[in-house]
Amino acid sequence: MMNYFELFDLPSLFELDVNALRLKYLELQRIVHPDKFANASERERLLAVQKTAQINDGYSMLKSPITRAEHLLALADIELAHEYQTLKDPMFLMQQMELREQLEDIPTAKDPEQEIIDFQLQIDTFIAQFEQQFNQLFNDGSQQALDNAADNVRKLKFMLKLAAEARDLEEQILIF
Amino acid sequence: MALLQISEPGQSSAPHQRRLAAGIDLGTTNSLVASVRSGEAVTLRDVDGRDSLPSIVYYGAQGIEVGFDAKTHAISDACNTVVSVKRFMGRTLTDINNSYQELPYQLAASENGLVTIKTRHGVVNPIQVSSEILRPLIALAQSSLGGELDGVVITVPAYFDDAQRQGTKDAAQLLGVKVFRLLNEPTAAAIAYGLDTDQEGIIAVYDLGGGTFDISILRLNKGVFEVLATGGDSALGGDDFDQLISDWIVEQSGYTGEYSPALQREITQLACSAKEQLSQLETVKLALDLPCGGHWHSSLSRDQFNQLIQPLVKRTLLACRRAVRDAELTPADIMKVVMVGGSTRVPLVRTQVGQYFEQLPLTSIDPDKVVAIGAAIQADILAGNKPDSDMLLLDVLPLSLGLETMGGLTEKVISRNTTIPVAKAQEFTTFKDGQTAMALHILQGERELVEDCRSLARFELRGIPPMAAGAAHIRVTFQVDADGLLSVSAMEKSSGVQTSIEVKPSFGLTDNEVASMIKDSMTYAKDDMNARMLAEEKVEAARVHEGLVSALADDSHLLNQPEQSKIEQAMAVLAQAQAGDELKAIKAAIAECDKASQDFAAKRMDQSIRKALSGQSVDNI
Repeated sequence: MMNYFELFDLPSLFELDVNALRLKYLELQRIVHPDKFANASERERLLAVQKTAQINDGYSMLKSPITRAEHLLALADIELAHEYQTLKDPMFLMQQMELREQLEDIPTAKDPEQEIIDFQLQIDTFIAQFEQQFNQLFNDGSQQALDNAADNVRKLKFMLKLAAEARDLEEQILIF
Repeated sequence: MALLQISEPGQSSAPHQRRLAAGIDLGTTNSLVASVRSGEAVTLRDVDGRDSLPSIVYYGAQGIEVGFDAKTHAISDACNTVVSVKRFMGRTLTDINNSYQELPYQLAASENGLVTIKTRHGVVNPIQVSSEILRPLIALAQSSLGGELDGVVITVPAYFDDAQRQGTKDAAQLLGVKVFRLLNEPTAAAIAYGLDTDQEGIIAVYDLGGGTFDISILRLNKGVFEVLATGGDSALGGDDFDQLISDWIVEQSGYTGEYSPALQREITQLACSAKEQLSQLETVKLALDLPCGGHWHSSLSRDQFNQLIQPLVKRTLLACRRAVRDAELTPADIMKVVMVGGSTRVPLVRTQVGQYFEQLPLTSIDPDKVVAIGAAIQADILAGNKPDSDMLLLDVLPLSLGLETMGGLTEKVISRNTTIPVAKAQEFTTFKDGQTAMALHILQGERELVEDCRSLARFELRGIPPMAAGAAHIRVTFQVDADGLLSVSAMEKSSGVQTSIEVKPSFGLTDNEVASMIKDSMTYAKDDMNARMLAEEKVEAARVHEGLVSALADDSHLLNQPEQSKIEQAMAVLAQAQAGDELKAIKAAIAECDKASQDFAAKRMDQSIRKALSGQSVDNI
């Protein structure tokens, strides 16, 4: 499997200077983009398309924290399994249910516009916490810590899904 | 004494000779061609000094007429005069019948359901009609620049799907013109604007043309034009404003008789002229002679017009809002709003766009020319005339690509606003023992149900090695190139040996239809066509050979002796084949060179990537 950190010559860490990544990305694009091969042979053009696709994929994967975390785990051979992996954390599931109920109640609240903004801030805080925890666990590097980090990613996905639903609701509430 | 070198047409004798390139804005209503001359991109004018050609094709008894000449027949011979053909590109007969109620043409469908038009010259499809529009533009470029074009950049609405893009590219290829690139219209406008003003930051391009609407959010930074998000509607434009006025006229006139194609066209022209006048005037007078001697006259105010089009303008603003969100920005982050397309002259459009983005939209650049000019700049660079240009265009996929899964649902494979080129692989397995074929249905769109998305292609995978159910691992790769065009390849890899799977598409034009289209295209007589194909293959052979010569000169250290001599042998065979006139031999020699140098090319690219990265780390110290 391709190590995208190596592709961009960056250390394989969760903490990442997104600006440095972006500069390297643009530097590579200037070399491999198919537009630089407009007069080259078919074979070279195809190669340029494939290489650029790889660089684009790597960039988008490293740019966003959740996919960066997933990539790190995959490189460390940690099976993330899929969404149907049951979470064995009743506290977390309880919290999820509460948050969902809270979200459902927003449209009928007294001041839905303020409520949805508050709700989103709350979710953003959770997301930041999970990311921070992931960073610590991943840097620890022990098998136990990595397994916990994987669990963390699964929880983060729940939160991101909730954040997306909150955004959709905000769209409906803030009447155009 | 030195001998005078005479090169094949389209093949440069000296490596640094200036190559001829043009940018073409193939619009719904009007089309333009532009080129870089003496360092400046300008639109090219015909003998009468006009740079804008109406996108109208007339299939007359005396032959085909295009542009202003064709326009004169729009009413008198409506069913043989094709206008706004861009709206038909890549569409099926069913699509067209669902979208437009009264068209003056006799429509039919191709083998795969694509719309065709019956004319005096037989059945033509939108690709052929578009190539007729391109023909005089290319001729104009050639006569202005004084030679055959090395290639062109053609602009398409950012929101065009795969079928619409492919059709546009095919239209140029019917004329034997090399398409360097399909360029999104708002991106082209951003290039023209960005290079002109040297602005950096985030801009929005609001492009409302005759038949299409695009909104693109771009980041401009040191020659990099990065599209962050795009949105729009490939069937919304000034034509729809005309249609609303036409409907209003019909309603007001109280006419209930029959609508001949001529009368329809007359009403549409009246509506269009009213719309244009209302950009300047508060009220416009309308008059129409009805069949059986009736005469109708009335007036339309700008307020009434605004009320008619308000829902359409709102639709464009909703698309703006979504694009801004997709870019993870707010309207306040947008530094400038660039208005493109003739329909942005409508005052209501200007004020509403200004209100949404909370700023005065930029209308100082000519909204009709800016797209062609941007395309010309890009064409000049792609032709290789500006080797030290550091311009880089990063565009995105406008609509998500997905696959049909069980129960009529779509599963997204590549989401919208992903930077292109992009490649994604998915694995599939067989459902039954001994299964050797599989069908894939590819869709483009954002909705969950298959029926709400655009059916893009059906592919059949054939030649899967027979195995027990679930044992085969078929890896299907979806690749979208810089033009936004999709290609699909498949591999079976469970057996350890990679088996290539045949991918058979069943969409677009069939091979027979393509062949007959080329035959019908009156660009070449048959003999001419063979000569043309041979000339093109020779150019490609020269390109491959030249490329390898310079690659070996620079990087032969990446190869061991046997690898290098294998490449040199293949090059020798190629040089020999190129000197001859055997099309097949040249093709085979090119393929052989490709095969011999495949690893070399990959190694060279990896080397330049490593160099770039290490150069950067040195800079950072």
